[in-house]
Amino acid sequence: MRYLPLTPDDRAQMLAKIGAPNIDALFRDVPKSAVVARSVFDLPDTQGELTVERALSKMAAKSKAAGSLPFFCGAGAYRHHVPSAVDHLIQRSEFLTSYTPYQPEIAQGTLQYLFEFQTQVALLTGMEVANASLYDGSTATAEGVLMAQRITRRPKAILSGGLHPHYAETVETVAGLSGTVTRAPVTPGKAEDIIALIDDQTACVVVQSPDVFGLIRNLKPIADAAHAKGALLIAVVTEIVSLGLIEPPGAQGADIVAAEGQSLGVGLNFGGPYVGLFATREKYLRNMPGRLCGETTDAAGKRGYVLTLSTREQHIRREKATSNICTNSGLCCLAFTIHLSLLGEEGFSRLARANHARASALADRLADVKGVSLATESFFNEFTLKLSKPAASVVDALAEKGILAGVPASRLLPHDKDVRDLLIVAATETNTDEDCDAFVHALAEVL
Amino acid sequence: MTMNTQGRPTSAGSVNENEMATISGDRGLQHEVSLIFELGRPGMTGVDLPQVQMSDKRLAGLRRKGPVGLPGLSEPEVIRHYVRLSQLNYSIDAGLYPLGSCTMKHNPRLNEKMARLPGFADVHPLAPQQTVQGAFEAVSELMKWLTTLTGMPAVAMSPKAGAHGELCGLLTIRAAIEARGEKRNRILVPSSAHGTNPATAAVAGFIVDEVPATEDGHVDADALEAKLGSDVAAIMLTNPNTCGLFEPRIKEMADAVHAAGAYFYCDGANFNAIAGRVRPGDLGVDAMHINLHKTFSTPHGGGGPGAGPVVLSAALAPFAPLPLLVHDGNEFRMIEHADEATDGAKPFGRMCAFHGQMGMFSRALTYMMSHGADGIRQASEDAVLSANYILASLKDVMSAPFGEGPCMHEALFDDSFLEGTGVTTLDFAKAMIDEGYHPMTMYFPLVVHGAMLIEPTESESKESLDRFIYVLRTMALEAKAGQTARFEGAPRLAPRRRLDETAAARKPVLRWKPKALPQAAE
Repeated sequence: MRYLPLTPDDRAQMLAKIGAPNIDALFRDVPKSAVVARSVFDLPDTQGELTVERALSKMAAKSKAAGSLPFFCGAGAYRHHVPSAVDHLIQRSEFLTSYTPYQPEIAQGTLQYLFEFQTQVALLTGMEVANASLYDGSTATAEGVLMAQRITRRPKAILSGGLHPHYAETVETVAGLSGTVTRAPVTPGKAEDIIALIDDQTACVVVQSPDVFGLIRNLKPIADAAHAKGALLIAVVTEIVSLGLIEPPGAQGADIVAAEGQSLGVGLNFGGPYVGLFATREKYLRNMPGRLCGETTDAAGKRGYVLTLSTREQHIRREKATSNICTNSGLCCLAFTIHLSLLGEEGFSRLARANHARASALADRLADVKGVSLATESFFNEFTLKLSKPAASVVDALAEKGILAGVPASRLLPHDKDVRDLLIVAATETNTDEDCDAFVHALAEVL
Repeated sequence: MTMNTQGRPTSAGSVNENEMATISGDRGLQHEVSLIFELGRPGMTGVDLPQVQMSDKRLAGLRRKGPVGLPGLSEPEVIRHYVRLSQLNYSIDAGLYPLGSCTMKHNPRLNEKMARLPGFADVHPLAPQQTVQGAFEAVSELMKWLTTLTGMPAVAMSPKAGAHGELCGLLTIRAAIEARGEKRNRILVPSSAHGTNPATAAVAGFIVDEVPATEDGHVDADALEAKLGSDVAAIMLTNPNTCGLFEPRIKEMADAVHAAGAYFYCDGANFNAIAGRVRPGDLGVDAMHINLHKTFSTPHGGGGPGAGPVVLSAALAPFAPLPLLVHDGNEFRMIEHADEATDGAKPFGRMCAFHGQMGMFSRALTYMMSHGADGIRQASEDAVLSANYILASLKDVMSAPFGEGPCMHEALFDDSFLEGTGVTTLDFAKAMIDEGYHPMTMYFPLVVHGAMLIEPTESESKESLDRFIYVLRTMALEAKAGQTARFEGAPRLAPRRRLDETAAARKPVLRWKPKALPQAAE
């Protein structure tokens, strides 16, 4: 087996050194009845690279890759162009095959990019501090709610109806144990009256902007109302590129920002791995979940970086930790950081503008199709259409024609009859004029 | 010097040796690297994008008012920056990485190539299901490997890391107990457990009750059985345990737990010792997460991303979280809502937005198909053999708290061999850095003073192991002979000397800030 360096002779010599007659002797504590023979496993034997590659390539070819056809899906995961340098750099052995930087003297590479990542996230979101990432946007949102419950010592979380339903369900799974979770009604294309739901038991209000239908939400009035009642505002961003064009949540009064960073560097990956961004105010620092990287000096006085404030974390605090999280999304942070470094201020701004312009032009053209109206007045690179037919059947019909037209709202909210005809459409810099032409013409045909 | 309760020094100390100063500040291949924010020029970019005209009318009056504050660099500058940073890292590709409990094994590059196949990587989690059948098939194949290797009937794929898998397992257990109309709020966790176990139990709303270890490094099965009662929901046991030992009374403990109406959660972090040889299902396990980034070699990536699928017993399988992957005889289908679930499934909820770590699934599947069941068994045996070889080769000069062995896939030492030398576990570990090795896991498990936990994995040749043993033997002998110079203030030859963690925590600096912040316009 090409990955196993020991030879039969090596193994014999090693057993002799150990003083064990055979390998079985090393497993003597395992109950005999629990040791199974090779034949018990109905699985193949060792295979060479060529065989494995052939089998998996054949399997992968059964999916329609987003890059192979006009593609407009979003709703929490966006297709952007990732510069070649990103994938090249993250595959460097020293990044790819290193562990969590617990030995900072020989992990400054990882630690410094985490420090740069934290800085970038704080800058983008307009917040004071950010951590070294969580699993993804949805789990970051859930951790934000737990954090707000800890800070306010209040049980109740209020979720906007515009919060991605998968995010809402993820929050309910964990925050429902330590408190109550209330979901505001879904009002596609409009902001719900979430302020009316805030009371003196409210730990936090969770509002996504742009929301799951693409609508840009004004967070400031909600932040003010929440603060007046002693509650926190958690702002959720699923399309981080939007912050190249839209006022960041930090400038609108958010106390915690939970975001999905997948758009930069990471790719679609069928849902994971992604990278959860998490930022807050400095005063809440010690209540934050996840790893933090901090600047310090070494014994020779040189600047360096270490993991810090680990007294919040599970390996020190055990059941009293702020979170059970151990892993972060290291390599995805790196991809995010490199992509954003390549873009820089100018490139990031251009990227955001290109996305908005592309989506805006596409929305206008689609809204001109008979049986289609635009349901979201404001948006970044994603908008919702109201169709004259159930959106799920339209998406299937367009898929038949080789166009992935977006996400039907009914896929996320199957019990909400009001969303049955709504189609959530995303357009990015990856969409060409030809893609958009094909979409417009095909939609006209199937409606 | 200040130390914590495990005897770990917490301050960095200081050095005043005369190193040969260079003009540049760089030292050969080791470069001093500025922060990216200290580089670049306004207007520069490493990505050529068009200047697009657009109107503000659809931005709800919320157009960003000021710049983000990002630096501008060209592509070659960005590449040089991150390449130089990479050169400051240790990695498994460059050397033996004996971190106990972390399973730093070889990461085959075929895995990387397969994970990037467009049919796996460039597919959207909410694309029409008929268009992503290849990705579903890969997930389904991986599920087959995981359930077959563990002897468990079901697996929940969405947890994104080991600790997330633990949470998934405990929430499944909670749902199963509630479905029985019972309320149980206590979880038994051994003192030797990973920190995530008690932390997860607390997040899942349980009270943590610690089970002591015996003097020979096992879980005290009698103490555990005495603690069982009608309020115990589950035990969380790592097996092989964190002392590197298989729990010989595991089946007896599992039976007692089941007799008390509780469930057996197994922390699968150490599955690499037994994969292909022992099926956790045969040991009475009800739920176990599998760290794909340990046992099945998805790269650790400097701390993630991981993946933590949870295999489940028949008793727990109906409560697995959404989404559920099924095959209707014709094609694969993903059930995304509870009321669409069939076959009596009662999913407890959702762990995350989509279906888990596909990018890790394709890598793990590639690993498994490459090894085959025979290769996986051989890998486990080689991992255990290599750890025992290290134990046998070092136990006369270092101190093994739990005697002569055998151990499983990791060899545990304590710091009693350093007693009276003035050298601590930390000094010993840091001196390994100067010898070109990443240190072993230190000060864990907590049940041993000054613990040093060495996990060589199956990826090292005998020559590599012999060299490592030679270096550690020599270091131990020198320390005991009073030749402690190399331990004082080590490492000396790494990109950085010891870093001041106390100062970092006392006055946290967690981000770069421009030297002089412009006054905010109020």
